[in-house]
Amino acid sequence: MVQLNNISKTYNKGSTLAVDNVSFSVDKGELFGLIGPDGAGKTSIFRILTTLLLPDTGTASVTGLDIIKDYKAIRNGVGYMPGRFSLYQDLTVEENLNFFATLFNTTIRENYELIKDIYIQIEPFKTRRAGKLSGGMKQKLALCCALIHKPTVLFLDEPTTGVDAVSRKEFWEMLKRLKEQGITILVSTPYMDEATLCDRIALIQTGKILSIDTPEKIIKQFQEQLYAVKSGNMYKLLNDLKRYEYISSCYPFGEFFHVLFKNNVHNIKTEVMNYLKSKGHEQLEMHSIPPTIEDCFIKLMTH
Amino acid sequence: MSLPEEQKEVIIEQKMKQFITFVKKEFYHVFRDRKTLLMLFGLPVVQIVLFGFALTNEIKNTKVVILDYAKDEASGSIINKIEASSYFEIEHSLLSHEEIERAFKQGTIKLAIVFPVNFNNDLLHLNKSQIQIIADASDPNTANTLISFTTSIISDYQKELMQINALPYLIIPKIRMLYNPELKGAPNFVPGVMALVLTLICVMMTSVAIVKEKEKGTMEILLVSPFKPILVILSKAIPYLLISFVNVSVILLLSVFILDMPINGSIVLLFAESTLLIITALSLGLFISTVTDSQQTAMMLSMMGMMLPTTLFSGFMFPIENMPVALQLISNIVPAKWYYIIVKSIMIKGLGFSGVWKETLILTAMTVFLMIISLKKFKTRLE
Amino acid sequence: MTTTVIKTENLTKRFGDFIAVDKISFEVHPGEIFGFLGANGAGKTTAMRMLCGLSIPSNGFATVAGYDVYKETEQIKKSIGYMSQKFSLYEDLTVTENIHFFGGIYGLSDKQIKEKSTELIQKLELEDQTKKLVKTLPLGWKQKLAFSVAIIHQPQIVFLDEPTGGVDPVTRRQFWDLIYDAADKGITVFVTTHYMDEAEYCHRVSIMVDGSIKALDSPSALKKQFSADSMDKVFYELARGAKRSDN
Repeated sequence: MVQLNNISKTYNKGSTLAVDNVSFSVDKGELFGLIGPDGAGKTSIFRILTTLLLPDTGTASVTGLDIIKDYKAIRNGVGYMPGRFSLYQDLTVEENLNFFATLFNTTIRENYELIKDIYIQIEPFKTRRAGKLSGGMKQKLALCCALIHKPTVLFLDEPTTGVDAVSRKEFWEMLKRLKEQGITILVSTPYMDEATLCDRIALIQTGKILSIDTPEKIIKQFQEQLYAVKSGNMYKLLNDLKRYEYISSCYPFGEFFHVLFKNNVHNIKTEVMNYLKSKGHEQLEMHSIPPTIEDCFIKLMTH
Repeated sequence: MSLPEEQKEVIIEQKMKQFITFVKKEFYHVFRDRKTLLMLFGLPVVQIVLFGFALTNEIKNTKVVILDYAKDEASGSIINKIEASSYFEIEHSLLSHEEIERAFKQGTIKLAIVFPVNFNNDLLHLNKSQIQIIADASDPNTANTLISFTTSIISDYQKELMQINALPYLIIPKIRMLYNPELKGAPNFVPGVMALVLTLICVMMTSVAIVKEKEKGTMEILLVSPFKPILVILSKAIPYLLISFVNVSVILLLSVFILDMPINGSIVLLFAESTLLIITALSLGLFISTVTDSQQTAMMLSMMGMMLPTTLFSGFMFPIENMPVALQLISNIVPAKWYYIIVKSIMIKGLGFSGVWKETLILTAMTVFLMIISLKKFKTRLE
Repeated sequence: MTTTVIKTENLTKRFGDFIAVDKISFEVHPGEIFGFLGANGAGKTTAMRMLCGLSIPSNGFATVAGYDVYKETEQIKKSIGYMSQKFSLYEDLTVTENIHFFGGIYGLSDKQIKEKSTELIQKLELEDQTKKLVKTLPLGWKQKLAFSVAIIHQPQIVFLDEPTGGVDPVTRRQFWDLIYDAADKGITVFVTTHYMDEAEYCHRVSIMVDGSIKALDSPSALKKQFSADSMDKVFYELARGAKRSDN
């Protein structure tokens, strides 16, 4: 459905490398996530695939159409929701939707089934100007507009950035329902916890793909034993752990620190507990845990 | 690849519908931005009114110098009459031509009246005498008005003399316009304002409107759609074209009914030529939008690229003839200059198309040139 | 000085009929890391603006660093630091220029600025980047630098408005190391975030819904109270019923 081969892209006459030799493919009906922080190259990849930017090197195709040669045909068939809220703030909800429907030679009625679930949530505000909508509702309207022509592939660039946790959950549920209707979806996000909601993900950092697979397989590739450690004084714990001779890495994760130790130490748990107790820590807690995508990302990033 | 007629019709119908929707959207943008709307329609009115008032106000209490070499009965009477007029403030102290010249240069006086030595004598014995009137014509409007005031005072005196004596006495005012002998641009600010308003609205508004889509990110969505990018521009131009028409009409109405300025030529031709300038300005606006990414830069560029040259080089504020040759050459590439000549020819001289075809041709060539380069520069991608 | 650095009682802000912040009361203690959470549009930004002395409350009482938010806004501004995701540093100035500028704004002497800037550059390992324009730095570094600049004048409190949005996971944690470090030195940290795991790093957390504070306690107590295993669930429980939201 979507195919990239060795795509690279630089800005400022080659001085900034935004996308570095990226290749991956997305199958029909897949919900594919591009996971990485700001500046990782997610937006550049999306713009290349939506024919808005030309890559420096490499080839890519969307629904079998070449992104350079057949750009007009691609533009007719895909749906795109850019990272910023990109609707007309001074037009009402209904005017925006009508406008985009006509732009794609269709009508709201023709594809109403597809957007119905989402549209009914914003319908009570259909005479309100888009600029006056709340963040979550703007996202819903933008999604409706991107869907109105029943695209075969949907590109969503950071749809949940800056959106609160509740609206984010709702948004992902909408994506799941769209996927069930057979639309191929490419979505990018800086939130690592959203990775597990995708069928397959590409972890990306500074223009390079760190890993591509299903979230489960990526987690499986993390072979070291990860520990969660907690104490009454977390700041002191951080400093003490960093000074510990067998430490490999230590990062705060919620109320715990996720810690990796050097491989060759026997009975590491007892060793660590003794060390920390000797440093005067109380209410110590330590247990082994399975890694999250974020742990994997950090590991891939720092290696 | 040829499509059956029916299918072609459907496609054309679709395209039309898209286009109409787009134009409708543009009108929403224009009408929902109240402040800009107010500026769009208020600007021409304000300019006309301001220019109109500036003219009448400036004349009052103008400093005038009288150099009276004659010091006789006739010169005395005329001086009394001039003094009595509320328009002039007389300074007697100057005694020589050199001093007058200096005073003009310093800008302390606007008008000088010189009576020759044998003024009364010539008048009585030769029935004919001369007065020299020198005006600072760097401000042509003021100069012209001052001169006509002075000459009317003199002709008043002439009439009085004739009532007393049967013989015809003739006073010939010898007028010298300093700095701007041909008195270009005198009450002709109306064409100037038209040129200014049209270029301002069309260049600035179109460039800002297009760049706004880029800045807000909506251009990305428009590009990733079947809509032809070139139609984006065309549909943006339409509302401003219409607004400009309204403005031209308002300016003309104001100048005819408030400023008593006649339209001697064909109104249809005037509108046709205005349309030409609007299209020139729209293409320039489009060009600016292709080279800028923010509304602010677009606005600045429009101001610098259009407002300044228009006021400087169209000839309505500053006479081009008196500029250095280099600037005169530059003025030729300013579309407003040609439009200004065209409008003046039609409105004041009452000429028809045969009188303005050359300027029209130049303007058309400019438009075609601008269109071609801006369409070439217009990107169907983001960079 | 009292044992509270921020104290509010029934603090309210109305815009016409709309009650953006509805009678919020809480206290923040010195050296505490206080998480200020809420859904979009819950009133976080408005509340924060009042505390920073940028917006006069409609009703209620509040002091920041012992100063009244109605009358002593100038003193408040001198006692606090502020950093947001949107604006923090001048992109077209270099690292050193930014440090010197903000140091100057907060009334530090040239000597102090010099000392501080060396210390700060060393700590952030920016030695090779001092002459680079801030816009050329990666986002994570920018944010770390912005935070350090926001506390360059040793304020009593630093307000952080979504400081880590879009930052990579490693830098995000390095950023929190800086926060811990500042808190350890006695600077009170008042922070908003959309990352729920970061809520766990705070000593205490308040959750705002529709203009009022619906919960306020330590993360572990809140999890117990809502019988949830993560702050994410606590937040979801509370914010799910929110009626309003905006940007």
